[in-house]
Amino acid sequence: MTPALVTAPLLSSPSMSGGAYLLCFFMISLVPLAIAGMALVNAGLGRSHSASHSMLSSLCVVAVAAIIFMVCGFAWQAYPGMPSHVLMLGGKPWDLLGGGHWFLRGIGAIRDDVPITPPIAPGAPLAAMLGMLSVGLAALVPLSAGADRWKLAGSCLSTALLAGIIYPLFAHWAWGGGWLAQLGVNHGLGAGFVDMGGAGTIQAVAGLTALSITWILGPRRAKFALDGRVAAAIPAHNIVLVVLGCLLLLPGWFGLNAAGAMLFNGVGVTGLPLVAINTLLCAAGAAMTAVVFTKVRFSRPDSSLSANGWVAGLVASSAGCAFVGPFFAVLIGIGAGLLLIFTVEFFETRLGIDDPAGAVSVHAVSGIWGLLSLGLAGTLPVRTWTLTGGVPGGQMLAQLTGAATLLGFVLPVSYFLNKLIDAVFRYRTEEDGERVGMDLHELGAGAYPEFLIHGDEYTQR
Amino acid sequence: MRTAGLLLLLAGWGLILSALILLPATSSRTAFLLAGFGVELAGLVLAMRRPPAPVEIGRS
Repeated sequence: MTPALVTAPLLSSPSMSGGAYLLCFFMISLVPLAIAGMALVNAGLGRSHSASHSMLSSLCVVAVAAIIFMVCGFAWQAYPGMPSHVLMLGGKPWDLLGGGHWFLRGIGAIRDDVPITPPIAPGAPLAAMLGMLSVGLAALVPLSAGADRWKLAGSCLSTALLAGIIYPLFAHWAWGGGWLAQLGVNHGLGAGFVDMGGAGTIQAVAGLTALSITWILGPRRAKFALDGRVAAAIPAHNIVLVVLGCLLLLPGWFGLNAAGAMLFNGVGVTGLPLVAINTLLCAAGAAMTAVVFTKVRFSRPDSSLSANGWVAGLVASSAGCAFVGPFFAVLIGIGAGLLLIFTVEFFETRLGIDDPAGAVSVHAVSGIWGLLSLGLAGTLPVRTWTLTGGVPGGQMLAQLTGAATLLGFVLPVSYFLNKLIDAVFRYRTEEDGERVGMDLHELGAGAYPEFLIHGDEYTQR
Repeated sequence: MRTAGLLLLLAGWGLILSALILLPATSSRTAFLLAGFGVELAGLVLAMRRPPAPVEIGRS
């Protein structure tokens, strides 16, 4: 059992022509639209007296995530073809941690006449750019779960933890040529763990961190009545922002899924239309399932649940939308929509989890569903050579192992580390902060100064 | 209860890793992998259980 820094790549990085490189850069440039959309969804689903705080927190966590990812995150995530720390166990290499340069050294100034040692893989600058934006997107998810009661400084500290340790570790295992990606090569499990656009790496990691945060913060004071057994509905304060956010998420997700497909799965330019088609179909299937189901159940479609359905569909699409047919994409979306509706209610009413934006259901449950659905319905043309001599149902086992790593490693580690920070620096705001709202309490001014706020209602002066 | 559930989740993951490292035979490895998933499921149920409502002392 000798740990070693391996400079020779265990999995090679996909080759990319100049045009494909430029297209991938353009696709990654669409991801900020997803960040903007997610921030709007969070703000809209929260309360009016915390809207300004929600938007500023979004800006701050994206900034913190980018800086911390630059410092050590990408070095630990790495990219296939870059050095990594490998442990030999049972005669097989276990690639556990990236061994790249801290502070993105060598990424920003690649010149042919200045050799970098160890060398930088050609796709690494794009992977660093995508990772920096992805971790910012992931950081917005726990923020929505802690809405109306999470201090700004606390959310920034938690984001540093996510961007510096938790996200890079899992991203290396899944995207950086780590042991999950090598399950096919080393253990004959299909093509190894496949997570094309980050259903697990971004969304489930973020959703499970959100679950940790809801446990640590506890519910909002007005949420549960009668000894905490009856959940009160605290409706979204601006559904227009929520739906606008959903629409912005779509092009952002096109970029996320397409860039992930090109960088981590070797999908060529001709495969990108299918990625975009399946992303849209998945979201459409999930949103319409939520609309129809809430119409049947409550006699009217529920706007916030339907919007969450749209996001859940996008999340589920990320696992493998280049590897399923359009019909299966709709089915995956319908599955995500049904899971969302049942789990949102179950988590709130049965498990006492106060998750204002449904982040755990939308990101964790749908992300894991997306990963498993790829094992059920996916056909993987990439790296098919690993299927030779593989075990029956190997791809499903690889996807299950990835999901089990999310639940068995990411959730406990995220909870215990956040709990440790909370013990030193309390995450939850004071009682006054919840009463007057986070806007007035932490920022000294509300988002809507022309309105006089009376509790949950407001009237124009 | 939550801490116990989370530790059980870690234990289940450990079982899965051990199966991949130690068992080369396909059938026994698959069986241990599935056992690991089962342990994780039990841990998840335990961790997600709703905490009991606080009892107010001296309330008539």
